[in-house]
Parts: sequence; structure tokens; C-alpha cells
Amino acid sequence: MKKIICLLIVCLLTVSCCLCLGGCKKYDSEINVYNWGEFISDGSGDTMDVIAEFEKKYNIKVNYTTYETNETLYNMLASSNSSYDVVIPSDYMIEKLIAEDLIQEINFDNIPNYKNIADKHKNMDFDPENKFSVPYSWGVVALCYNKTMVDGEVKGFSDLWRDDLSGEILMFNNSRDAMAIAMQLTGGNPTNASKEDIDNAYDKLIEQKPLVKKYVMDMIFSEMEGSQAAIAPYYAGDIYTMMGNNEDLDYCLPEEGSNMFMDSMCIPTCANNKEGAEKFINFMLEAEVAKANAEYIGYSTPNTAAFELLSDDMKNNELIYPSEEYLSKCYTFSNLSEDVYNYMQEKFIDIGAE
Amino acid sequence: MRSKKLALPYAVWMAAFTLVPLILIITNSFQDSSGHFTFDNLYKAWEYREVFLYSLEIALVSTLICLLLAYPMSYMISRMSEKTQSIIIMLITVPMWMNFLLRLLGWVILLQNNGPIDTLLNLIGIDVQLKDNDGAVVLGMVYEYLPFMIMPLHTVMSKIDKSLIEAAQDLGSNGFNVFRKVVFPLSVPGIVSGITMVFVPSASTFLVAQYLGGNKKMIGDIIEQYFKSDQNTGSAIALCLMVVILLFIIITNQFGDEEAVGV
Repeated sequence: MKKIICLLIVCLLTVSCCLCLGGCKKYDSEINVYNWGEFISDGSGDTMDVIAEFEKKYNIKVNYTTYETNETLYNMLASSNSSYDVVIPSDYMIEKLIAEDLIQEINFDNIPNYKNIADKHKNMDFDPENKFSVPYSWGVVALCYNKTMVDGEVKGFSDLWRDDLSGEILMFNNSRDAMAIAMQLTGGNPTNASKEDIDNAYDKLIEQKPLVKKYVMDMIFSEMEGSQAAIAPYYAGDIYTMMGNNEDLDYCLPEEGSNMFMDSMCIPTCANNKEGAEKFINFMLEAEVAKANAEYIGYSTPNTAAFELLSDDMKNNELIYPSEEYLSKCYTFSNLSEDVYNYMQEKFIDIGAE
Repeated sequence: MRSKKLALPYAVWMAAFTLVPLILIITNSFQDSSGHFTFDNLYKAWEYREVFLYSLEIALVSTLICLLLAYPMSYMISRMSEKTQSIIIMLITVPMWMNFLLRLLGWVILLQNNGPIDTLLNLIGIDVQLKDNDGAVVLGMVYEYLPFMIMPLHTVMSKIDKSLIEAAQDLGSNGFNVFRKVVFPLSVPGIVSGITMVFVPSASTFLVAQYLGGNKKMIGDIIEQYFKSDQNTGSAIALCLMVVILLFIIITNQFGDEEAVGV
């Protein structure tokens, strides 16, 4: 008898909890946002909780999920039944999504805050007429090194092949970024690589392998912040974060020029709530919101109104906001054909297996 | 009839989440990206034979070390009073209360340069690279899977009838002979399932090598990377790995049966 009563109480509690969760707040509609992990100011510490603010302001519920790579996002959009209203892919992936009709044109009349975007970040190569995407953040690939472990000057990517740093070099564990660096040094074209470029880059990376401590992505934070490795290429915003956690770290903008990447907000073709999506994008462009996001993720903001609100320290940081002169030496990625992309991926895996 | 009905939920579970994925892996292995039949994926998998060998070697060494550590320990535990036994067994499972990845990160911190162990060794004048080599990978595996070796061994050994040992002693066997003629043969089923439970996950694991190893990858890491872009080749490599593991299990089980019959 006692057991039955217990069971009943548990059932009642569960049901009431569910009812409360579902019923306590009533939203007008909802949107599904699919973003990179750690890519929005989430209210931790004294930052702004961007999603909560948006929900409060427009009474639209945000279902927020995250992904790790552009390819995961692509697979979800191309082959799953899930519906997303806002996604934030990178440059080359946007080109691919446009080509495959997986994202739709945005009605810029509903996004008045688009005026905040700097002109130099509009009409990028991957979306020349800027119909499909709204810039969210950008940055360059730079070098991060430990001043106490590297003798002499660090100039560029060729330092990643220095014999005296053997066993203390980290390298991207990501085919496109790792290959691009090798292509810059072997005269290939990282923007739109050919198979021959990939073969040359492969040889160059094989030559580097005995010197490499590890191929890493997120693990770079513990490696560099804990002074376990001397030098590594990575995304500028993350280098800025790492430098804040270890005084011995410094950065170098590679003399060879570098990859400039941009992540932009898009609305997939499968969106159920385009209106809500456009409200969300517009909200993300508000100066205060964009500033909060830029400060949280540490990447560069294309939003001029937000830029003005940043601290002078951040504004004048060459790493986050390189000079126009440096940016003119940089390139962006464009979409590779599937054949070439798979070849690159396979060649890169072979380097690890060698 | 009733007992069959009770197994239904599990049967459905197995069908949906083990059988169907298995079939998908097999069909994927023999298809190219556009769905045509091909053997190319298996040829590609063959290119990674050295990584296969390296992974199997690491897994074998880890299994062997686990066995050497766990066997005497399980024997000792099984000779203790029931109460002590249950306390010790609980203590052995304590590390498993925490997530595997967190424990791995713990090892990274312990073994890194200027970490606690390195600092200690430097004090007495030993300067070695503790992390980012094969030894660290084996250490991580042994640490992770040791309980899986102790558990089956302990279960089998604690069930050995004490009167059998006494009988052997009465018949004039010394300690070594008691072990050789009675305890060891009766513990073989535990050894077999222990080896299986350690070898199988350590041969297919990924992440351990990524965290503790150097720039060498294990087959699990290769499969993971392939699955991000080319699921067909990834499936083919996974299929090969499964076949190798299956062969291994068949061989060890055979060995176990013979031993048991030999008694």
C-alpha cells in the first residue's frame, strides 16, 4: 500500500513539474537556432544572456543547439528532418549551402540594424550580392607562441617547420586549416585548392610531422596555457583568450599573410519561422548585443556600432583587428568540389596514420 | 512463454540500436558516396594496416598488464572475509563514478611537463617525457580498464569451492601445486572474459591516444575522423576492426574451453 502511494506521489510530482515547465511561460512562437559551441554571450559571469534578453523582448522562445564543425551543420541541413531557423556557418560553407539551395534569401527590410555592418564586410566572395548572409564575426589565423620557449623572432608559418622547436610544435587537427598553411608555403592556392596543391601540401606536412607534438583543436587551450608547447597556429580570437590566461604567450601575424574567416547568420530553406529568424538576426546586430557577443567570444566583430562600444584596449589590438594593409594579404576559403574536399580529407587522415 | 515476453523490450532495443546500425555499417562499407556497390572502401581500409597493428599492439600490451596486475589482486581479495571483499570491490569501482573523459583530463594534468609527477622526478634528478608517448597511452588504458579485469576474475575466484583447495592440500599439494592444479584452471573463464572486456574496448577506443599520446593515431581516431567526411570508408575500417575483434574473441574463447575441458 505504502509503495503504491509513493508511486502515485512521484507520478503527480512529475506531471505537475512537466505542466509547470510547459505552461508557466507562454510564448508567441519559437525559433530553432543552431550555432557553434561557445559562440554566443550566455550570461556566465557578468556577461549578457543574449538568448534570455531576446526571449523577453520579443516573447519568442529560442531552442538553442550547437555544433562543432561546419560539416556537422551541413549534414544536419542536408540529410535530417530537423528544422532550423537561424544557422551561423563559415564562409566556404555558406557558398556550398547557397549552391545546394539549403539556405534562403533574407528580407533585409526586416533587418534595419544591417546598417551597423561595416561596408568592407558586406558582399563577401561567398555571397557576392549579400542576399543570403549577415556577418556575425570574423578573424584571421595567427601564430601563438610562448616567449620563454622560442628563441629568436617568430615571423610566420615557416617557423612551424623549425628544427630547434622539435616536439614543441602544435598543428591544426583539421584538414582545411592545416593544408592551407602548408599550401601557403608550397605555392598552392588555399582558397580553391587543386589536387596537386593538396599533394604538395601533404609532402610538406609529412616533412613537418616528426617535429609535431600533437595535432589539436580545442586541446590547444590546455597545451598553450599550461606552457606544454612552444608554438601553434590558431584562430586569433582564441589566441587572445589564451594570452589572457598565460603571460608568457604572445602572437604573431604571419608574414606570409593568412586565412581570414567569417561566420555569418543565415536562414535555412527548411525554416518554419522566417519572421522570428529575421527578428533574431536583427536583435543580434543591436550594438549592445553585438558588443556582448564580441567580448564573450573574443573574435572580431563586423558591427561598427558595437566596435565603437569596445574598450580601447580591444579596439587597438592588432591581433583582433589587423590593419587594412595586413588584411589585403589575407585570403578566404571558397567551397571545394566534393571530390577535391574528400581527397583533402583523406590525405590529411593519412598524415595522422603515417 | 512469460519469460520470453519479459525479454521483449530488450529485444526491441537490440534490434533498433545494435542490429540496424550494424547492418548499416556493413551496407555502407560496400557502397560509394552515390550508393553504388564497390570494394574501394575496403582497399582504403587496407592502407591503414599499420595503424591497425599499432592499435592492436597497444591493446594487447594493456590487456597483458591488466591481467598481471589484476590476477594476484583478485586472488587476494577472494581469500578475504565477505565484508572486506564487498568494501574493496566497491572501492575499485569508485573511479568509475566519475566520467571517463574527466579522469583522462586528470591524467593529462598529472603527467604533463612541470606537473606534479614531473616536478617530483625532476627533484631527484630524473628528466623524462611522461606524456605524449605510447607508454602514457598504455597507462591510460590500464587505468581505465583495470576494474573490468578485476571484476570477472574476482567473481570466478570467489566461487571456487574452498573444500577443493583443502582436498588438494590434504592430498599433499604444496601452495604452488594448489594454484597450478586447482585455482588457475578454475579461474580460466574469468581470465577469458576479463581479457575480452579489456581488449575489445582498448582496441577500438579513441580519445585516449588523442589526449595522452603523441602525434600517432589509433584506429579509433582514424574512424572518428573518417566519419566526419566519408562515412563509407569509416564504416569499412570499422567493419575490419569488428572482424579482427570477433576473431580475437573466438580464439580466446576456444582457448578457455580447452583449458576447462583439460581439467
